[in-house]
Parts: sequence; C-alpha cells; structure tokens
Amino acid sequence: MYRILREALRLGKAGEKPPRTQRDPASASPSCFRHSLSIRHVDAGSCNGCELELHALGGPHYGLEQAGFRFTASPRHADVLTVSGPVARHMVAALHDCHNAMPEPRRIIAIGDCACSGGVFRGSYAVMDGIAETLPVDLQIPGCPPDPDALLQGLLRVSGDRAET
Amino acid sequence: MPNPSLRVLATFRHWGTALPVWSGRLRKEYWPLAAQNIRAQGGRLLALWGEDRRTTEAGYLVHAAFLSETGIVRTEMIVDPATAAYPSLAAIFPGALRMERALYDLLGIRATGVNDTRPWLRHAAWPADQFPLRTDFSGEGLDIAADRDYTFLPASSPDTHEIPVGPIHAGIIEPGHFRFQVLGEEILHLEERFGYTHKGVERLFQGLDVAAGGAHLAGRISGDSTVAYAWSYAQAVEQIISMQMPERAQWLRALCLERERLANHLGDLGAIGNDAGLAFALTQFQALKEDLLRENQHYFGHRYLMDRVLPGGVAFDLTAAAIAALQGGGQALKTAVGRLQEILAEHGGLRDRVVQLGVISPERAAHLGLMGVAGRASGQAWDLRVQFPHIPYDQLQVRMATATEGDVAARMAVRFLEISESLRLQEEILQKLPDGNIYHPLDLRDAAGEGVGWVEGWRGEIFFWLRMEQGNIRHCRPQDPSWTLWPALEEAVLRDIVADFPLINKSFNLSYSGHDL
Ligand code: SF4
Repeated sequence: MYRILREALRLGKAGEKPPRTQRDPASASPSCFRHSLSIRHVDAGSCNGCELELHALGGPHYGLEQAGFRFTASPRHADVLTVSGPVARHMVAALHDCHNAMPEPRRIIAIGDCACSGGVFRGSYAVMDGIAETLPVDLQIPGCPPDPDALLQGLLRVSGDRAET
Repeated sequence: MPNPSLRVLATFRHWGTALPVWSGRLRKEYWPLAAQNIRAQGGRLLALWGEDRRTTEAGYLVHAAFLSETGIVRTEMIVDPATAAYPSLAAIFPGALRMERALYDLLGIRATGVNDTRPWLRHAAWPADQFPLRTDFSGEGLDIAADRDYTFLPASSPDTHEIPVGPIHAGIIEPGHFRFQVLGEEILHLEERFGYTHKGVERLFQGLDVAAGGAHLAGRISGDSTVAYAWSYAQAVEQIISMQMPERAQWLRALCLERERLANHLGDLGAIGNDAGLAFALTQFQALKEDLLRENQHYFGHRYLMDRVLPGGVAFDLTAAAIAALQGGGQALKTAVGRLQEILAEHGGLRDRVVQLGVISPERAAHLGLMGVAGRASGQAWDLRVQFPHIPYDQLQVRMATATEGDVAARMAVRFLEISESLRLQEEILQKLPDGNIYHPLDLRDAAGEGVGWVEGWRGEIFFWLRMEQGNIRHCRPQDPSWTLWPALEEAVLRDIVADFPLINKSFNLSYSGHDL
C-alpha cells in the first residue's frame, strides 16, 4: 500500500489543464450538455486505431472527467454517440439498436476518417462509406486516427463550448 | 528443405528470399496427406486462403501455409469449379475449420469432410449465393440486416442458461459476439461469433498500386499492429521485386516494431490490472504509454507509427539528438516499469484474481498451435525473432520470454519480460544503427509474382501473402495471429466464472478487425 501511494505521488498530477472554454452563443447544443456529457462509443468496424486514441483520451494526461465528460456502458445513459469505422454493413443493425436506445436530446459524432467518409475502406462491398449513410451526423472529427486533443475539442464543441480566445 | 516424405507428394521450389519458404502444388488427394505429414513433424498451420484463378488456370486456387522446423511450407491446389469442393484439413489442424468456413463465404468453395457448414465471416451483407472474391461478384443485393439466422450450439442441459454478449460491449472495444452457457456462475461453454467488422479488405486490395494505396491499407488492417502489418507487407513486395533493402531502414523498422510492442504491452498490463480492480495500474501504465506515444509523434511522426514502414524503406530518420532522447526515454521507462512490476507482483488482491485463471495448458496450446504472447505463456517457444531472425534480429540475439502456467498471470509475466527485452533491443538498435539510406525507390514496372512476409508482431506472428501483376496487387492475404488464438479463449474460460471473462479476454487481447478483414 505504501509503495502504491509512493508511486502515485511520484507520478503526481499528470493531467494537463483542459483548454479554457466558454459557452458558444451560436451553438445549437442543449445547455444541459455543458460540462456534463455521457458518451457511448460504438466501434462500427474500425481498425482499432481510433479506439486506441479514445483510450488515451481517458488517461491521466487529458483530464476527460475534469471537463465533465465520461464514457458510459449503457446507451440509455448517453447524450452523445461516438462512432468509429466506415460502418461495416454487419454493424448497422447493432448501431441502430444502440442509437434507438438513447434518450433525446442526443448527438452523433463521427470519429476518424473512416467514420466521416469511409476512409481507406471506402468503396468496399462490406461498408457504408461513413455514418452519414445511415444516421444523421452532428460533428465530424477527421484524422487517422484523430489524436486525443482533437477528440477533446470535438466533445467540447458538441457540449456547446468554444475555446476562449 | 521439406522432409523426404513431403517431397514425394510434390516438387517444392525454394523462393529466393530472406525468409525460408518452400512452395509446391499438390494434387487434391495429397492435400490432407501433406498436412498430416507436417503435423506429425510438429508443424503448425499459419494460414489458409484462396483466390479465383478461373481466367488464367483451370479453377480456384486454395493456398495453405505451414510452419515446419526449417521454415514456411506453402502448398496450393487447384479446385475444379464444377464441384467447387476440396478436402478439409480441420481434422488435422483444428484452426483450419474457421478458415475453411470463411473461404466458403468469400470464394464459394466448400471443404468436405466436416459437419460445420455455417457461415463464418458472412452475416447478411451479401447474398448467400454470391461470393465477393470471385471475379464475377456483382456487388448487387447488398444488405444491412442483422445476423438473425446463425445457429449457436444448443444448450447441453435444461439446467444451464445462456448469456448472449455483444456485438457491442460495455467498454471501448471492438465488436464481436460471445454466447455463454452457464450453470450458476460457472462457464460450461463459450461460443464466439465474429465477422461484425468485416470490411472486405481482401477485395479492396485487388488492383491497388503497391507503393501508395496498398501500403496505406496494409497499415490499417489492425491499427494496434500497424508496424507489423506494414513490415510484413513490405517484405512481400520486396521479395517479388528481389530488392535489397538499405540496412539502416531495416534497423529502423525493427525499432518501430519494438516500440509498437512496448506501447501495446504497457496498455495491456494497465488494462488487465484495471479489470482486476486495480485502477492504480491503469493510471500508471496509461501515463507511461502516453509518454511513449508522444515520443513516437515527436521523433517518428505518428503516435502509432502508421505509414512509417513502407515498401522500399521507412518514412523517417533519426538525428543524433533524437537517438539520445530516445535512449533517455528508454532508461526512464525501464526504471518505472521495474517499480510497477514489483508492486504488482506483491499485490495480494491482484494475485488472487490472476493466478490459475483462464488456464491453457501447454498440451492444449500445442494441440491448438498457439504462438505469440498467449502461446509463449503456455510453454510454446515460438518467436520468429529467435527462430527465423531476419535483419537486424540476426545480430541482436533476442531472448525469448516464456512461461508454462498458461494463466492470466503467465500472460502478464510474458509481457513484463518482453517489455524489458524490447527496451534492451531498442537500446542496442539505437547504439548500433548503421549509416546509410532510409529509402530505396521501388522499380515496380511489370513486377509480377508471389511473395510472403512474416513478422513477429506484439500479439503473435503476422503473415502476409501477396500476388502482383503488372506492378499492381492482384490478390493478397494478410493473416492475423488472432485466427489461431481466438479458439483458445473459448477453452481458457471454461470452469471459470462469467465475471472473470473480461479479465481473461483482456489477457489475450486479440484482434477483431485483423480477423474479420
Ligand atoms: S480513421 Fe484510421 S485509425 Fe480510425 S478506424 Fe479508420 S483507419 Fe483506423
């Protein structure tokens, strides 16, 4: 126990300051999203690269929960659905089930080039060429994979914030 | 050289390559005989796949690649389009069953002699009478319906009940379905159902140009193993055009591969700790991994090293200052991991959860042909970097990490050992890095023929087979170690409790995307 505490102290505060933000008056997001987002992530056929960055975002450097965001297991608790991958045809039904289980108001974020437009898998018989082909997308976060900073910026935008200038 | 009893079945040709590959075409009757022979010699099945050769030869071509003590034995056999059937190898190599089922889904040729003719990769995306790898695949009638008709094994007794899990899981992980049969808490049976992330990769590769499109896609078959895939792909290309790689590039590739191993092992150890209720481990290992990823971004140009390894070389170079910084980073990581390893080893709560959990005995591991981290944790001493070292591993004397207990604790122990070995290799590579070019432009005009790549990724061996025609990709088959390792998970969980499944699963950490293709 003592050594665990010592290691925890040695690591200290790894978290970096989240960007200072303010409410974006132009945002169409409901005000109840501010500083509080529950996120359900669905891998709809990603290469797993985007998931690695989502994991990294949950790590001590990024202070995801400090910003009021957390990943939730049940879609019934979720405000935001994040989707990665080109949306494999075999995942469409499950993705719809997940989306239908979410309460309103809700938002959908496309994570990574694949989810935005199919990415490298675009044109395959087995994929949808992006989520927009099957569900309404509110925000796209491009990148292959988008890094944790880009993901955090995207979540902030959906929560109705913008960076203070 | 294949042994004499194998050589009477076919003429085997040695491919002029850094990798020891012998290739031969078998008559249909000899297909299982050759496999039996290889099994009897202690060999393993690496991959089984097929292509449509009806326009150039007499039918479909089925390929298999085996590992024998002297290297890879690759066999092929023509399958007559009229019958579209060939003898199954599943009775000889159990891992062949899923590959044969997948081959039917994609190419429409049936392995005979087995009862299980259920689809494996196909759900409902394309009609059951169409086959995406046939040249005349129309791409019509595509669907997005759910996979409702799959028949799982029926419950063995009226007292058991079934728990269906997935494809979407509670955490941020890839999709797949697990069907448990339990009696109270105890798992009596587990059946996996995959294919959810099937993206049609094999067909997508067809016609891509090798240098840009092909390399880009190869690095995205399984994002956590992007270096291993890109390198094995590059090996296959370089073999076809008989190209000598600049030595510095080879060393830099190995550096990338070891850093990929480090990043994934760090992440896994943290996640295993977390699944056992030790959040401390998750935070600490995540912090170490993030530092490593940032170094990657800074000195290599990508956090996960995507598109760093290309056919012809690598896409980055290291300055003397970068080398010094990476050496410093390696030292710091070594100290930090050492301290964490001691804490985890002494943590009674963690030990209670991971010792004797999810066991695969060495005998079962040998039967299933396991390799990679999970194989080595069950006494299967296979590591390409040791047995078939290519440049620079032939000059680095890799020390293989093994354990025999085959439980979650053993898979953790192997990862700890491999972290320190990868750090040692990184240090040695950085010290001895030869001067020279990092990239040699490819001359791909009229490049044609077959090549293979074979790399010890962090999870296990990644195998790549490639056929080129007129400088473009005609067909290719990437094979993830998960094909062989997933069936082991079905066995590992037996008689453990459902609540321990996430922990056992994490200790294997297999790929869905690499498997579903
Ligand atoms: S965007 Fe890139 S990293 Fe993300 S799933 Fe697609 S290929 Fe993988």
